[in-house]
Amino acid sequence: MNLFENLYKTLIYDNRYLFFLEGIKNTLIIAFFAGIIGVIIGIIIALIKNYHEKTNKLKILNFLASCYVNIIRGTPTILQLMIIYYVIFASVEINIVFVGILAFGINSGAYVSEIIRAGINSIDKGQIEAGSSLGLNYPQIMHYIIMPQAIKNILPALGNEFITLVKETSVGAYIGIIELTKASDIVASRTYEYFFPLIIAAIIYLIITFCLSKLISIMERKLNNANS
Amino acid sequence: MLIVKNLEKNFGKTKVLKNINLEINEKERVVIIGPSGCGKSTLLRCINQIEKPTKGKVLFEGIPLDDKKTDINKIRIKMGMVFQQFNLFPHLKVIDNIILAPVKLKLMSKEDAIKKGKMLLDKIGLAEKLNNYPKELSGGQQQRVAIIRALMLDPDLLLFDEPTSALDPEMKQEVLELMKNLGASGLTMIVVTHEMQFVKEFATRVIFIDEGKIVEEGKPNDLFNHPKSLRLKEFLNNIN
Ligand SMILES: Nc1ncnc2c1ncn2[C@@H]1O[C@H](COP(=O)(O)OP(=O)(O)OP(=O)(O)O)[C@@H](O)[C@H]1O
Ligand SMILES: [Mg+2]
Repeated sequence: MNLFENLYKTLIYDNRYLFFLEGIKNTLIIAFFAGIIGVIIGIIIALIKNYHEKTNKLKILNFLASCYVNIIRGTPTILQLMIIYYVIFASVEINIVFVGILAFGINSGAYVSEIIRAGINSIDKGQIEAGSSLGLNYPQIMHYIIMPQAIKNILPALGNEFITLVKETSVGAYIGIIELTKASDIVASRTYEYFFPLIIAAIIYLIITFCLSKLISIMERKLNNANS
Repeated sequence: MLIVKNLEKNFGKTKVLKNINLEINEKERVVIIGPSGCGKSTLLRCINQIEKPTKGKVLFEGIPLDDKKTDINKIRIKMGMVFQQFNLFPHLKVIDNIILAPVKLKLMSKEDAIKKGKMLLDKIGLAEKLNNYPKELSGGQQQRVAIIRALMLDPDLLLFDEPTSALDPEMKQEVLELMKNLGASGLTMIVVTHEMQFVKEFATRVIFIDEGKIVEEGKPNDLFNHPKSLRLKEFLNNIN
């Protein structure tokens, strides 16, 4: 009885489930687009650093890339988010979800770049040499020789990074993004009861991350079968 | 065809190559011998600029390779390399391994490249391995595919860095035979190897390197039967 009463109070009364839906929507939107931004930044940073390691060119870009990675990895995510929201976008009217996408994308890019770099470095350097000896240039070698092999090592780590990202979006609550954690917090402030809203949020996170893990292992298996 | 002038290569403070001078003409089959760590691989790698020389010049068909205006990738099409570890691309089938460069460099249509690849594989008796992945081949087969991969670009010069060192004795022969056939067809080659019997039959010239310097060079018979330097005598004694 108590259970149903509480569920009713948490979800149905006053259409409170809408908060959760809004939270799920924003969490997924931020994670998805931040993930895309992260991968794009990550690839660019990884290639700049790798190209620099191989040829000693692009010194300035490589320096900037290293600064970026070190700053992102060396400071708390919350702080980065607050700096972007309260300092960089202080005087502009801006959609807060968009701020979240940007901040988490920039944050994730640093970690993704390290994942991609590790993937590239895991491939025997003889592969690059063989490619060069055939007259292929750096982009061609990366595209046709290194990346197809490295992706096997990169994808699982990238999947884990994405799962982390989904959970990290909860930090967005600090600047008032109504993502899943904030949504449950809002509901709790109306029901004067924390247990059910928080447990429901936890279960939703678990469902999302569980589905993602499954998806990753399916992709992994496909990749392993594709060219072994 | 190839001129190496005052070539030097340092790795940090260690001087690996010291003042190497070399001239190689068309249709020569030059073998480089020398003790382990004397700089043979480094010399080959400096010739095709996988390793940047510290000093000196490499000219290929009259073109200075370290020149900013030289497109080194264009040069490498004409100067192939075969590696000790084969370095086939494990994610690609045999046929895709050998057509990758000519197709992506737009030197040939895919159809023509496949046709040529099949013809070359057929010559070495590997036509039925077309759709296999490298790891499904024996070491000797892999190395011969790697040689075909280099030949697809019609190189003027082919560099070999210990092409049989990673192979079991039974498999060395098939690779060495293929190299002899290439030599007979007039291909210019520079080969690093420890297979002395092969060197005697194959080389038009032998270069002995020790501690990063060319110590002696000449026809294989002269060098093997009448070594002048003490170092070469010692080296030949050790190897036999
Ligand atoms: N990338 C590198 N960094 C530092 N030192 C290197 C590097 N490559 C080679 N060397 C050193 O340069 C020297 C010559 O190496 P190289 O591989 O050219 O010898 P090699 O004659 O081919 O020997 P082997 O017969 O064993 O293949 C060695 O002392 C080696 O340790
Ligand atoms: Mg060597």
